[in-house]
Amino acid sequence: MGIVVRDIYKRFGGFIAVDGVSFDVREGELVALLGPSGSGKSTILRIIAGLEIPDRGEIYLKRENVTALSPRQRKVGFVFQHYALFKHMTVEKNIAFGLEVQKRKRKDIEEKVRELIRLVKLEGYEGHYPSQLSGGQRQRVALARTLATEPSVLLLDEPFGALDAKVRDNLAKWLKELHVKLNITSVFVTHDQNEAIEISDKIVVINRGKVEQIGTAKDVYEHPNSKFVASFIGNVNVVDAVIKNGLIFIKDTDFEIIDRDIDVSVDRDIVLLVRPEDILVEKDSKQEGFPCMIQDVHYRGSFYEFNLCMGDTYIRSVKDKDDFLGKKWEKNQKAFVVFKQYKIFDASEGHWEIREKLRQLGYIE
Amino acid sequence: MKDNDVCIRPIRKQSHFIEYTLTFSVIIWFIILVMAPVYGILREVIRNGAGIFIDSISSPAAIHSFKLTFWITVTAIFINTIFGVMLALVFVKQDFRGKIFLEGLVDLPFAVSPVVAGFMFIMLFGPNGWLGSWFGSYNIKIIYALPGMVIATLFVTLPFVAREVMPVLAEYGIEQEEAAYILGASKWQTFWKVTLPSIKWGLVYGITLTFARSIGEFGAVLVVSGSIINKTQTATLHIHQQFTDFNYAGAFTASLILAVLSFSILIIMKCVYKRKEKGYRWA
Repeated sequence: MGIVVRDIYKRFGGFIAVDGVSFDVREGELVALLGPSGSGKSTILRIIAGLEIPDRGEIYLKRENVTALSPRQRKVGFVFQHYALFKHMTVEKNIAFGLEVQKRKRKDIEEKVRELIRLVKLEGYEGHYPSQLSGGQRQRVALARTLATEPSVLLLDEPFGALDAKVRDNLAKWLKELHVKLNITSVFVTHDQNEAIEISDKIVVINRGKVEQIGTAKDVYEHPNSKFVASFIGNVNVVDAVIKNGLIFIKDTDFEIIDRDIDVSVDRDIVLLVRPEDILVEKDSKQEGFPCMIQDVHYRGSFYEFNLCMGDTYIRSVKDKDDFLGKKWEKNQKAFVVFKQYKIFDASEGHWEIREKLRQLGYIE
Repeated sequence: MKDNDVCIRPIRKQSHFIEYTLTFSVIIWFIILVMAPVYGILREVIRNGAGIFIDSISSPAAIHSFKLTFWITVTAIFINTIFGVMLALVFVKQDFRGKIFLEGLVDLPFAVSPVVAGFMFIMLFGPNGWLGSWFGSYNIKIIYALPGMVIATLFVTLPFVAREVMPVLAEYGIEQEEAAYILGASKWQTFWKVTLPSIKWGLVYGITLTFARSIGEFGAVLVVSGSIINKTQTATLHIHQQFTDFNYAGAFTASLILAVLSFSILIIMKCVYKRKEKGYRWA
C-alpha cells in the first residue's frame, strides 16, 4: 500500500474539518480527493503531508506509521495550490532547493536540475524568476522542485485550480502522462469533477469531512451511492416524483414510471436524479416516453443541449451532433422523453438541500 | 444638419486648477518647513567660512561626540534588528494569550515622549533605582554612562524594524516556508534561505529608520546621559551644548553634518528601493 489513511479526525475550534476519514492508495495509483470547497479535502492532504497534526487517527506511508513524524521526515512531495515558489530564486535555484538543503554534491545537483527542467519542458527558463513565468509554467516549476527530492508520494493541492481552462486541460493531461511515466503514488485535491474523472485512477468523494464514496471514475459516475455524489459528479436533473398506492408518478402529472426495483409499499415523495445524457429525446413516442415541450435548443460545439419542460419540471438533455442532424428540432415543439437510466432517492433525506445546491451551481433553475 | 457635420467637442473642458493649486501648496509648504531650515544652516556655515567649519568639527569634544553617536547607533541597529525580526516573527506567526496587549506595547515608544522614557530609565537604573542598585552593587554604572544611553536609544528605536517587517511577513504568508520545510530544509535553513530574503526590504527600511532616529535622538539620551563633555555627550547633545554656549558656528557645523548624514541615508535607501521596484526580479 502506498498511503493508508486510518480514521482521521481534525477539528479547528468548533469546526470539524475532518470527521473519521479512512482510505487507501495503492502503490503507483493516482487518486483524486473530490469535494466542494470547505469539505475538508485539503486538510486531509495536509495531514498526509504532516503540515497539520490530526486529533486522532493514523497515517501510513509505505507501511510505515508516520503519524508522529514531521513533514521533513516523511519525504513526501507537496505541490501547493498557489505554487509557493521562492520568489527571490530563479527557476533553477527553486528546483535545486531541496537538494541543496540536503547538501548534495554540486555536480549531482546540476545534473538533476537539468534533467528535471527537460522533464517539465522549461528549457531556456533556467534563469527566470517566478514573477516572469505564466501560471502553467510556475506550476511545472513547483512540480519539478517537488520531484527533485524523489519523494515516495506526491501530494497536489488543487494543482490546476488557479489556471485558466485551456492551460488546465493541457496540464492535466500532461500530469497524467507524467504519472504514467514516473509511476509515483499520487493524491490530488480538486473540486472539479471533470478533472477528477479525466485523470484519476480512483476517486474519493469527500463531503463535510466524511468520505461519501470511493471508486473508479466510472463507478462513482454511474453508481453514485448517495444523492450528494450523484449531484456532485456531473450535471444532474432533479425530478420530483411520488409513490402513491403502489405506483410511481412524476409529481403533479399522471406520468407513470415503471420500476420494479423500488419498494412501493409506503406512499412517499421521492426524487429521480437523471443525467442529461441519460435522457432520450424523441419526436414521436415509439417508446414509452413522457410528453414534453422543447423550450430551447443550444448549440454547444460537439453536442446540442435541450431545455425541456415536463409539466412543471424543467430538465436538461444533450444530444450528439450526428444524432441531431437531419432532424428538425424547434422551440415550442412537442416531443417525448425517455429516462434511460436514473437514480431514486428518498425526498425526505435533505432533498431541498441538494436542490438548493444544484441551483447554486447553476445546474437547475 | 448632416450626419457628418457633427462637430467634435470634448465632453468637458479639462481643468487643471485643482491639481496645480495642490502641487503649488505642497511645494511652498515643503520649502518653508524643510528646505528653508536646511538653507539656514548651510548659509550660516558658509558665512563663517571653511576655517571655522574645520576648527569646530576637529575639536576633541566634537570628535568624541560623533564617535559616541556612531557606536550607540551601531549597537542599536545591531540589537534592534535581531530583536525586531524576532518580535515580528512572534507576532505574525504565533498565537498566544495577551498578544494584542503586547502588540500595543511595541508602539509605546512612539507614544511616550523621549524625555519621559529617559526619566523612566532613571527611576529604574538610577543609583537608587530598582535595578540600578543591583547593578551598582557590582560596580556597573548604567545611568550617566554608555549602557544607559544605549538602552534609551534601543527603547526609542524599538518599533521601527518590528513594524516594518510585520506587514511584509504577514503578506508573504506561510506557504513558502511550508514548502521549504517539506523539501527537507531545517527551521534554521528555512529562515536564512526563505524567510529572511523575503522580508529583506522591510528590514532594510526598518534599519534605515532606526539609523536616522538613533543619530538624531536627543531627549531620552539627554536625560539618562547627563551630557558630560568628552564622556557621555552624543552629537545632538554636543550641538545643544554649543548652542547654549553661544558657539553658533560649532552648533551649525555639527547640525549640518548630522543632517547631511541622515539625508544621504534616506536618499540611498530610496534609490535602492526604486531599483528594486523597477527590477522585475524582486517584484
